[in-house]
Amino acid sequence: MSATVLSPLLRHVSGTWRRVLRLGTLGAVGQVFISLSGMPVRLDVREIIVPILSLGYLAVLAVPIVLGVLLGRRPEHQEFLEKSPNRRDLLLGATLGGLMGGGGLSVLALLLARFDLRDPLINWSPQLLEFLSFGRGVSFGFVIWLVIGGGLGLVGGTVRLASARTQRVIMTMALTVVGAAILESLLVDLVEGVGLEALVEWLYAPRGGLTLVGAAVLAFVSGLLSLLGQGRVKNFREKIQTMEGPRQTRVNLMLIAAVGVALIVLPLLVGKLTNELLANIGLFVLLALGLNIVVGLAGILDLGYVAFFAVGSYSTAVLTAATSPRIAPEFPWFFALIIVVFIAILVGLFIGAPVIRMRGDYLAIVTLGFGEIIRLLFLSDWLSGWFGGSQGITAIDGVDVFGLLTVDGTNPRRVFYLVLFFCAIAIYISWRLERSRLGRAWMAVREDEPVAEAMGINTVNVKLMAFVVGAVLGSFGGAIFVAKVGSVFPTSFLILVSIIILVVVIFGGMGNIFGVIAGAVVLIGVLGGPKQPGLLVEFSEFKLLIYGALLVWMMLARPEGLIPSARRSRELHQEEFLQDAWLTGQIDTDDTNDLHGGSRPPGSQA
Amino acid sequence: MASASMWVPRTKVDWFLTVLRVLALTVVTVGLLAFIAQQIDVDNPFARLVNPDATGLTGPQFRGLVISGFAQGAMYGLIALGYSMVYGVLGFINFAHGEVFMVGAMTGMITSNKLDDAGLWETNFIGSLLFIVAVSMLVCTLTAVIMERVAYRPLRKAPRLIPLITSIGISFFIQNTSVVLLGPTSKAYPDMPDWLTAKRTFLEIEGTKIMVICVAAVSMLVLWLLVERTKTGKAMRAVAEDQEIAGLMGVDVNRTIVKVFAVGGAMAGVAGILWGVLFRSVIHYTGFLPGIKAFSSAVVGGIGNLGGSMAGGLFIGLAESTGPLLILEPLGVSGVSQLRDAVAFAMLIAVLLLKPSGLFGERLSAEDRA
Repeated sequence: MSATVLSPLLRHVSGTWRRVLRLGTLGAVGQVFISLSGMPVRLDVREIIVPILSLGYLAVLAVPIVLGVLLGRRPEHQEFLEKSPNRRDLLLGATLGGLMGGGGLSVLALLLARFDLRDPLINWSPQLLEFLSFGRGVSFGFVIWLVIGGGLGLVGGTVRLASARTQRVIMTMALTVVGAAILESLLVDLVEGVGLEALVEWLYAPRGGLTLVGAAVLAFVSGLLSLLGQGRVKNFREKIQTMEGPRQTRVNLMLIAAVGVALIVLPLLVGKLTNELLANIGLFVLLALGLNIVVGLAGILDLGYVAFFAVGSYSTAVLTAATSPRIAPEFPWFFALIIVVFIAILVGLFIGAPVIRMRGDYLAIVTLGFGEIIRLLFLSDWLSGWFGGSQGITAIDGVDVFGLLTVDGTNPRRVFYLVLFFCAIAIYISWRLERSRLGRAWMAVREDEPVAEAMGINTVNVKLMAFVVGAVLGSFGGAIFVAKVGSVFPTSFLILVSIIILVVVIFGGMGNIFGVIAGAVVLIGVLGGPKQPGLLVEFSEFKLLIYGALLVWMMLARPEGLIPSARRSRELHQEEFLQDAWLTGQIDTDDTNDLHGGSRPPGSQA
Repeated sequence: MASASMWVPRTKVDWFLTVLRVLALTVVTVGLLAFIAQQIDVDNPFARLVNPDATGLTGPQFRGLVISGFAQGAMYGLIALGYSMVYGVLGFINFAHGEVFMVGAMTGMITSNKLDDAGLWETNFIGSLLFIVAVSMLVCTLTAVIMERVAYRPLRKAPRLIPLITSIGISFFIQNTSVVLLGPTSKAYPDMPDWLTAKRTFLEIEGTKIMVICVAAVSMLVLWLLVERTKTGKAMRAVAEDQEIAGLMGVDVNRTIVKVFAVGGAMAGVAGILWGVLFRSVIHYTGFLPGIKAFSSAVVGGIGNLGGSMAGGLFIGLAESTGPLLILEPLGVSGVSQLRDAVAFAMLIAVLLLKPSGLFGERLSAEDRA
């Protein structure tokens, strides 16, 4: 490939500069890809800071900054290098890298003006050219992107070379501003719910996006807080961790209670749309917790998790709806749920039993096959007498709670409370199971199946149990989904859903309840679910692309997820872990307990 | 798992599996018998008992099914080679390989439409076809090689499920890259010339299908020669057997693995064009189902076994095109053509239940078999 063609040339270039060239080229390619994907033009409507920055520009401006930050990094083990780059070299490298990244757009602008490739590439449009040239002609665009790229590269490099403290302050400021802009609809809703309309008017522009003043003040305040609060959060956490048993439990309980109260109060303060979003997030938290038991605890890669969701939805629909084609017993929702759980258990056993002995990767593909088969069966004419085929089952009543009130899609707040209730159950189940004999058996099977078997664990039964528990939680999700949407169609149960739940679990941190919840909140909240919009509504066209990229990136950079389970992370980084231990001399001290119980700070690897 | 002990139930799960196996075999047998019965005489009491509306198939209908089964099967076989080779060498399922095939079909669509605009498609069809095959092979090879370099090489030492999950991410990414770059609509190939689509020879087979089968056979032969007769092939087999030892024997392991991906990608590129020729339409999720079916083919033929992959492809292709009408229709299932894909998945599950090591035996290193 190109590397082999260029290698004679590159031999004369030292390591640092080779890195600059490589990352710069990658950045340029990335920029062109982002532009041609249509992201800048499509996202231009979403403002971040009103007159100066939109999400579209942020998408392309982020690349040179990232390049600068990456290139500003001092090489590891500097002392072993013949000639380690000094500060000036690094800054120059960062600038050059940014310049190359920006150069990608310059070249693209030239090409856009020259050729017409609109036929295969749908985003090869005059709008893109206008976006890239700021409406002032191609030559202006060509020069300005070089300048912007170089400048931002320099900025990124400078930040990277600054002290850790400065870095943190700047990061906090940037994240706060961008975060406030992304969370706009949520914050506006919440603040207005509390009754502070004036604050909103001052902070946000009428047509969306932060005002310049608002952004500046936010940045200043967050920077100040970060300066003042430095180390306090960490101290507080350490303080809790060093507390003795009962007191720690009490603090934990208080924290959980506080979060619980906040979650109960929050929906009252916000409007319909936000409640809808919260309900969607909750639904995916539930599904992700279910998949977490299968994938995270038992280590079984189930790609057909949507099957359980589908079975839960369809059986609820058949049991509760008056419009169900074949049998319509019209049970009340809560009574139907009991039957649904039994059906889910049976389906879990039925899907689990044939696959349980397979190699892990075959199992993944076969469960994917089951997921598709179940959807195709629901879709087929053969069973349409039962499930309505492609017409699905519609006009399903909501949940009737003891004749007092009905929970259905028209009132997302009630749906959210229903979801919250089941999430609490799921969290409790997961939490108790993780610490039970069964949970330990799952983890043993995950870590080493033959050894677990040798220790007397019935691996087949244990793995089947994981399938069953996962299926039950998935069917809860399905039942709520039906109550919320009021209809079921086979198109709601594409394999896509399984994959998105898998990304949520992996992104958050396999095997860690808090991680999984955080993953669902961040991903479903910001990007949105398979059909449900998130806070960045404009992203809906690109969210699957981002989910895919995210999955790859997580696997490469941080397979244990955002908030890792300590045990899982040690499994994944066994080699590095042992190496670290060896370097610090822990292995020679014969104190292996220390090695396994040692607190490795999360994210300490590059 | 040893195949002999598989049939002797010991635990409850074993019993369940045995029941499933027996059930699957019974369904297939009864379906086939009912089919034979209704072919002998539509009013055959047995056939009527199973499906009162049995109609039977005419000779040309049946022949048509078999031929399209073979043509699609040949295509699946070509894709399956990529799965099989990567699994043989690296021991993980490259889930994104189906997308490489889709990239090939897309490249073919773009190139052939450009050629059609230039008027070359009609005047010099054979030349254009060779050209689009070459371009598609090139693009697919590049895609596969970049994929290896970016995503799989850093994960070579990771637990085997990690690269599988990564490949799912890549598959998602490539699919949606196609959506954002080329648009979410289905896109058509230019018309094939009449002399190719006409039914010809004594069997009344469409020329396109003959061509697809021939192209697949030639590609397979070239690949076989490459793997069995050249030094590169020897290196590939050595790396598949044991990476470390092969490295010690002077094989450049990295380069060999890149070559494996390149060859698999090239085959997927050819298959992509064959898809275009057969179905003349391509969309971003074109790669998903053929990918899964091709993987099933690789498993059916015994993963790591190249000849087996091709045979497995033909088997899956045939099963998918004839299965619904041969087994399900006589059993009285309505709307069977909708269940084609379900049949393909059921085949995969059935094979893994009945004979997980494939019909022709796996060729894996000792480590991967564990």
